[in-house]
Amino acid sequence: MALLQAAGLRASYGITRVLHGLDFSMAEGTITTLLGANGAGKTTTLRALCGMVRTEGEVSFAGQRIDGRATEDIVRLGIAHVPDGRGTFTMLTTEENLRLGAYTRKDRDAVESDLERIYGYFPRLRERRAQQAGTLSGGEQQMLAVSRALMLRPKLMLLDEPSFGLAPLIVKELFGILKAVNEKERVSMLVVEQNAAMALDLADNAYLIETGRIVLSGSARDIKSDEAVRRSYLGY
Amino acid sequence: MDAFLHQVLAGLATGGIYASLALALVMIYQATHHVNFAQGAMGMCCTYVAWSLINAGMPYWAAFVLTVLIAFVFGVLIERLVIRPVENSPILAVVVVFIALLVIITSITGWIYSYTIKTFPSPFPDQIGLGRYMSPHQVGAIGVTLVVLLLLYLFFRFTPLGLAMRAAAQNPESSRLVGIRVGWMLALGWGLAAAIGSVAGIMIAPSVYLDPNMMAGVLLYAFAAALVGGIDNPAGAVFGGFLVGVLENVLGAYVIGNELKLAVALVLIVGVLVVRPSGFFGKVHVTRV
Repeated sequence: MALLQAAGLRASYGITRVLHGLDFSMAEGTITTLLGANGAGKTTTLRALCGMVRTEGEVSFAGQRIDGRATEDIVRLGIAHVPDGRGTFTMLTTEENLRLGAYTRKDRDAVESDLERIYGYFPRLRERRAQQAGTLSGGEQQMLAVSRALMLRPKLMLLDEPSFGLAPLIVKELFGILKAVNEKERVSMLVVEQNAAMALDLADNAYLIETGRIVLSGSARDIKSDEAVRRSYLGY
Repeated sequence: MDAFLHQVLAGLATGGIYASLALALVMIYQATHHVNFAQGAMGMCCTYVAWSLINAGMPYWAAFVLTVLIAFVFGVLIERLVIRPVENSPILAVVVVFIALLVIITSITGWIYSYTIKTFPSPFPDQIGLGRYMSPHQVGAIGVTLVVLLLLYLFFRFTPLGLAMRAAAQNPESSRLVGIRVGWMLALGWGLAAAIGSVAGIMIAPSVYLDPNMMAGVLLYAFAAALVGGIDNPAGAVFGGFLVGVLENVLGAYVIGNELKLAVALVLIVGVLVVRPSGFFGKVHVTRV
């Protein structure tokens, strides 16, 4: 059974329709990527999945319908969203940001050990634990956003452009950690990316969106070798 | 010198009350970017509740605690029933709602309890007074103010709920994404602000006597205090409260006379807005255009 399944997902901002009926699904434990140019509807798709925009169509997660439910309730089912722009709580400290990620959890002791585990993945965040999060560098804030999502112990992570604005070396490090988290902790991930080459290396499966419609889908390997994708998105 | 010291200390005592009310204003401002003109009236109305409870024979501190709880519920209900529907309205509509609340609460209280002034008891024993310098009630009121501040600080700094409220105030969208029910955090903020306002009302009532308009002047000083300290800075608001209390008293005694005391608050408000709109401790907000 698919972990996440969308059928005929449509979304609009005011009278402008952005998504024109998307159908896609992903299996538990896998990484799926949504590729597409600017304005194709990738960010909106993630926002639609967690109830941040009004949608029509069906979305189910682990067998439950989640379309039309409040974002706060969807989070409680184990979906963590690393938003576009990182969503840092700039006035709070790094550690307070991380603790907020675990806000809905009741197992306080496990939260403490998860905090240590995450500092293990991102030692830089441990150095900055008492620092005001708004003063972290872009790369550190991206790591913080991913870490905040991990603090939920999610079943599914929605990642919106995790490579945005980061130096290539940091992107590599971040994607390495995402892969490790996926393999070790069986966290499923839906990754939206403009950096198609990096995303296809990370993902198991891929969907290509153009102007609010899915135009291509398949395993990451097949998509990577697709002639049109290679020319338009990979640039060689 | 002796008389001067007396004026300063008395100023600190009233300043503590301005500080409480300023803190209530700042709390709502931080969460919603609205200035609640009805904050004083809500505190006054709750003070009448305390008065009724005490007159019905309830021990002072029991009545105090019960009133603070009632005030909390009152604040939550106002947010849910009155403020929520106008949440996304233009700012002027919200201001009108606040003024309407002020008038309605004042009138209903006056209608129930009449406009004749009433005395209100002070719970503090004579032993804690500082002789000629400060009355027992003044010492006690400062003490209560400081305890409220300490509790608030501990709540916001060390509890998960306090952290969630701070998060919701500064980044509602990210807060939803970690599962915080932002709407309830606002209601909770209103409840806390109302509770603090009720403490301010109960503490000032023995000095100014209880009447439906008793908070009008206090609210003005609280505005001045909040602006002096920076409308988005709780610690600044408290500092502002004490500063305004002392300035008001000292200037009233030596410079301008008692009749013009209220003008001190107005001059401060205008002065701060002209010279330094973000207050002494407020953040200067820079926006890219």
